This record gives sequence, structure tokens and C-alpha cells, in this order.
Amino acid sequence: MIWIVYIAKFAFFLFALAVLAPLLTWVERKQSAVMQDRIGANRASIFGMRALGLFHALADVLKLFTKEFFIPRGAQKLIFLLAPCISIFFALLGFAVIPHADSLIVAGQSYAMQIVAADVGILFFFAVLSMAVYGVILGGWASNNNYAVLGGMRASAQMISYEVALGVSLIGVILVYGSVDLLEISRAQSELWFGFLPQWGIFVQPLAFFIFMTAGIAETKRIPFDAPEGESEIVGYFIEYGGMGFGMYFLTDFIETILIASMTVIFFLGGFQIPYLQADGLHIPGLMPLLFPDTVVLGVFQLNNLIVTLLQFAAFIFKVAVVIFLMMTIRWTLPRFRYDQIMNLGWKMLLPLSLVNIIVTAVVLYWLR
Amino acid sequence: MNPLIDTLILVAVAAAVVLVFWGVNFLLGPRSSGVVKETPFETGQVPLTPPGHRLTVRFYLIAILFVVFDVELIFLFPWAVVFNKLGLFGLIEMLAFIGVLFIGLFYAWKRGALEWE
Repeated sequence: MIWIVYIAKFAFFLFALAVLAPLLTWVERKQSAVMQDRIGANRASIFGMRALGLFHALADVLKLFTKEFFIPRGAQKLIFLLAPCISIFFALLGFAVIPHADSLIVAGQSYAMQIVAADVGILFFFAVLSMAVYGVILGGWASNNNYAVLGGMRASAQMISYEVALGVSLIGVILVYGSVDLLEISRAQSELWFGFLPQWGIFVQPLAFFIFMTAGIAETKRIPFDAPEGESEIVGYFIEYGGMGFGMYFLTDFIETILIASMTVIFFLGGFQIPYLQADGLHIPGLMPLLFPDTVVLGVFQLNNLIVTLLQFAAFIFKVAVVIFLMMTIRWTLPRFRYDQIMNLGWKMLLPLSLVNIIVTAVVLYWLR
Repeated sequence: MNPLIDTLILVAVAAAVVLVFWGVNFLLGPRSSGVVKETPFETGQVPLTPPGHRLTVRFYLIAILFVVFDVELIFLFPWAVVFNKLGLFGLIEMLAFIGVLFIGLFYAWKRGALEWE
């Protein structure tokens, strides 16, 4: 039995890697095409079938695999080979602690819908997120290229700056829910305020939500925070990489986007929670029980635990998709910030604001209890 | 379902993914070399200076500031988790701590450590 659980977990993990990340490249292209009034990627075809350009993702992967991976003269060979691996390796590890649904109870046994049911989820998330800096700076430094070194320095300075704001903004969330366990945080958000408003992080900690989203987008180094890889000035820390070396950096970007979006959902958008849906069924607030007295017993629309879990899983995926869509819309809406603007935003705006957020949250929590 | 064992298996799976990426790329990719090809890219001309000369001191300043603030952040995590049990003592202690943080940030700000021309 335990083997089935393991196989299911890692099959899902590999599925997420192999399908979601390439799919995301397609979504991004199509969305940019729609926003810029173009047709977008639709040339790749298999037997004349174009499938809205979906095969472009496949073509990308094949192309990256069949291109030469070569090492420029003067590069630090071992580090040069290792850097993209570090980058994608730690991005992949980040998926370990994401709770996709509440625990599934089968035959009295409870199965966590997490790859690793650790109770230190936030710390794990930060640990692997910080490691991403190494992949970037080592890749830039080992390439023996001026642009790569500059790109690597810019990227690492930007990432560590926003990591501080990212971490400090989450302190408020931890204060409210009193845990660093992502499952606990998700569960706590099922409670209701005034009987109808779900206690999602975005309602409890609205300022932290905006800080976290901004810092999160900066962490993924995407537009408008893509100074480390601005095409028109310096090409980026991965300038000397070809083939899958570049592919790994490329995939890391998208995997980190999914990761940040998942974390935003867990902390601020209720995680896997659907409003009014509890473990035993749909709790309908207000007048609904009076209107439908037959179907509803004491305001609870009974549902099987398996169905609840599946619904929560679907809700989680849906929410992550919405957040990713929002991030991509931001990407195609704003121009690139100047580097000094990026650093000013991180240190002079987000960090003081998130510190103030902690103080206000702590004082209000103490006053309320 | 020991979390540690789960983590180790995940590490193995992620490492396997990386190895497969490398392996397939090395098997399928072409090989060729040449003097011009191996030259580091620099807008199409011969590189004038090797990298690693001098970088602006700002990067080092940011790195030091990061170490300072990230260590402070580590102290904030356990405090936030047990905040409800600590009561007024915890609140005042941490207000003082964050106050010191603010002074530090303000000092770095006024000394120009956060300026980028």
C-alpha cells in the first residue's frame, strides 16, 4: 500500500515537471500574442495538426535536447556544468512541501496530499529558494564572460534583496496562523469571519499579500524585474549556455513561477480551501438551509471525503492557474524597471513596509486576544 | 511516512531528473569546436578584458546588508510561531528588536548604502 502512495506522489511530481512547465511556455506565448494582437505560436504541427500551437512546447523541449552543450574557453568546467543543475534541482525540491489538498482518509488511514509531510514547510521553502541564488551566480561566474558575470551579480543582488522582503512579509502570516506548517496554515483558512467571509490570508494580511506577490515576481527574475537578463543590455548569466544547460535555467524560471504562485495561494488565497466546504461536506451559511430544508441537514450538504479531497485538489490547481495568469499579465503589461528602481523598491519600500506590517499585526493580535 | 525518508527520495528523484537532462543532451547533441566558437560572446568582437576585474562595491554592500537582515529574519520566525504564548513580554521584546532593525536600516539608508547613482 505504501508503495502505491509513493508511486502516486512521484508520478504526480514528474507529471508536474514534464507537463506543466512546457505547458506554461505555451500559455505565456499565447497570452502575449492575445495581448499584443498577434496570432502567436501556431506553426509547429504533427501530421498537419496544429492544436493551437501546443506542439511548440514539445518542439522546444526536443530542440533543447538535440542542441550542443559546449563549454567556452577559460570557463571553470565543473562549476559551469554544475550551476544549471543546482538551479533546477532546488527549484524542484520546492514542490515537496506544497499541500495539494487536505489529508485523504481511506479505511481509517490518513494520507497527506504532500510529497513530504513536514511541519516546517515555510522554512524548507525558504531554504530551497535561497539556494537558487547559487545556481545563478555560479553559472555567471564560471562562464568567463563579462556579461555573464555582470548578469550573475545583478541577479544574485536582486534575489537576496527581495528574499528579505519576502521573508519579512510572511512573518505577519505566521503570526496570524501561529504555525510554519503549510498544511496547518491552509486548514486555518477554512474558518469564517462574521459567518460568511473566509479567513483567507488576503483578507487578514492584505499588505503582506502585495509585498509577497511583488517580491515573489522579483525572485523569479521575470519582467518587470528582469534586469539580470535584459536582452538589450546584458544578455544574462546564462549567456554561454547552450542546449539543456540553457534549458535547465529556462525551466527553472517556469518552475519557480509555479512555486511562487503555489505559495501565494497557500498563504493568501486559502490554499486548497473552497469557501464553506469542510471535511464532511458543504456548510452553507445564512438563509440557505431554510430555503432547501430537504437536501441540507443542519446546514451541511454531506459529501464523501474522497469527493471533498478531489474538489480541494481541483480548487488548488485552479487558484494556482489564476495566480500564474495574473503574474503573466503583469509580465506583458509593465516595461522593465531600471536596476536602481528595482533595488530602491526592495530596500526602501517593501522592507520597511513589511516591518511595519509585522508591528501592526503583532499589536492588533495582542489587543484582540 | 517519515518526512526525512520522503525528502531523501525526492532528492534522489530530482537528481535523477537532472542527470537525465544532462545524459540525453550529451547523447543527442552534436559536438564541434573551433577557436572562434570557444571565444566568450561579447557582442561579436574579441573580448577586450577578461571578466572578474572590478565590480561596483554596491554588490558587496547589498550582500552584507542581506546577511544582517536575513539573520534577523531567522530570529523572527520562532517568535512569530509562539507569539500567543509569550504575551506582553514577547510583544515588547520584539518591538524593541524590530526597532533596532529599523534604526539599522535607516542608518544604512542615510549613509548611502542603498543608493544606486
